[in-house]
Amino acid sequence: MTSHHTGSQPAAPGTPAAPSKTPATVPLDVAKVRQDFPILGQMVNGHPLVYLDNAATSQKPKVVIDCLVNYYTTKNSNVHRGVHTLSQMATDDYEGARAKVRGLLNAAEDREIIFVRGTTEGINLVAQTFGRQNVGQGDEIIISSLEHHSNIVPWQMLCQERGATLKVIPINDAGELLMDDYERLLSSRTKLVSVLHVSNSLGTINPAKQIVEMAHSRGVPVLLDGAQAAPHQQLDVQDLGCDFYVFSGHKLYAPTGIGVLYGRAELLDSMPPWQGGGEMIRSVTFEETLYNDLPNKFEAGTPNIAGAIGLGAAIDYVSNIGMDRIAAWEHELLEYGTRCLSSIEGLRLVGTAEKKTAILSFVMDKAHPHDIGTILDTQGIAIRTGHHCTQPLMDRFGIPATARASLAFYNTKEEVDTLVKGIDRVIEVFS
Amino acid sequence: MSDLGELYQEILLEHNSKPRNYRQLEDFNCSADGFNPLCGDKVTLFLKVENGTVVDVGFQGSGCAISRASASMLTQSIKGRPVAKAQETFDAFHVMLTEPGADLDYDTLGDLETLSGVIEFPTRIKCAILAWHTLIAALDNTSEPVTTE
Repeated sequence: MTSHHTGSQPAAPGTPAAPSKTPATVPLDVAKVRQDFPILGQMVNGHPLVYLDNAATSQKPKVVIDCLVNYYTTKNSNVHRGVHTLSQMATDDYEGARAKVRGLLNAAEDREIIFVRGTTEGINLVAQTFGRQNVGQGDEIIISSLEHHSNIVPWQMLCQERGATLKVIPINDAGELLMDDYERLLSSRTKLVSVLHVSNSLGTINPAKQIVEMAHSRGVPVLLDGAQAAPHQQLDVQDLGCDFYVFSGHKLYAPTGIGVLYGRAELLDSMPPWQGGGEMIRSVTFEETLYNDLPNKFEAGTPNIAGAIGLGAAIDYVSNIGMDRIAAWEHELLEYGTRCLSSIEGLRLVGTAEKKTAILSFVMDKAHPHDIGTILDTQGIAIRTGHHCTQPLMDRFGIPATARASLAFYNTKEEVDTLVKGIDRVIEVFS
Repeated sequence: MSDLGELYQEILLEHNSKPRNYRQLEDFNCSADGFNPLCGDKVTLFLKVENGTVVDVGFQGSGCAISRASASMLTQSIKGRPVAKAQETFDAFHVMLTEPGADLDYDTLGDLETLSGVIEFPTRIKCAILAWHTLIAALDNTSEPVTTE
């Protein structure tokens, strides 16, 4: 095992070779960061690409792409078992990535970081281990109206299996949780609260710390789905106090197929393993298997080594820019975009929470979201249209779908202007 | 990608804003629900078939301009015609949207030809074809909702 496993001191943000972090007071140089993303220079359908589908997946900076090439070119090997040099190098980088994730989340220990495929797998892991262990007949799990299907279905499956009930925190018309209703839902039957930190469909930033405090005051653990939070704001799981935190690498400028489940060590230790196989064992006979310690206990089989290392590179990249500067620029884009879109007649923004990330979900009187998406695409503008894997939320608003522009720190106000021109074209077609 | 005008032709937009036969039939003997799970488009078709002829047809649902216009044109093209002709129209329509460069049966297609531009937009073919799969299910009197998947 490597020396990275000691970890209570904060990890340095960035590799030694990387440039030092820019102070938060210096605004982001967007033109400069755009140069870091090769795909952004592309033409699509004869127009410069305007990529506004970052909530679905983010683009990858060259340092992340290079990191994958470098890994496969010079270090490719299996981790944790070889005595040879390459295996040691791969193991060092893989465990190094774990330490970087710990730093990103400000978790107490490296062993609290479990690599998974993504947010969905992280939630399923908790449902099938912690859930099966702790949820029984008549018990309740609390989620919210905002949830992505990935934070609904695993709990429905568990409830069905266990005879438990799913309780749903309602929202107001702006897309904010009704905290009084949440308070009333919490009871002695509640075994877990699992809510998203930031809404993928509306951009609502939930009062995560308050959610955790209210649950903890009744001894109820909390899982936060951070898929849409991790790429856009500074995180501190110890300050939030949450028991589990999950996110996907690919929305954080890292490759697809890698994600993270953070769990408090004490909880993870008490949970049964999930998948059985290599890596997660200490010893195996045909009569009995002894399981490995954290984090390996939850990482059966050869992991996504390259993906984890790529995630580490992406964390270095955003850390060097600074999460505060990223959040500040994205907030400016949100305010600008909200102003621009609000002034369009026949367009209605869906999701107007006071605290939001840079997500602009909207519907139009005369055009269906899919038609909006197609017309924008012919102008090189990529947005997402549909229910965004939140069908119950769409039902709550009485709409089948929305058009969603989701922005990242490499987007510009000029791109928002292009979006507005694109919407003008939609209005023209459907006038 | 081809011109937007090829896709959103005037006839299509007109069917979208004023869909024909957009109603639930009081008196029907065939019906089916269609659903596109990817985007949430929904359509329900009601048919009254007598002696092998579609004597009345209506549809309801929610969806994009292409799925709505396609459903509207469908009702227009099969109303008052033999069931066999409806099947023939489905076949001609299917060829138009899935076989680039194929010879089209313009006589059978009629107004439906205005949907030919959809073939250039692969992500939208399912929108155009949803009502048609629903039609086949209704004629088979299938009780299960059809999906585009």
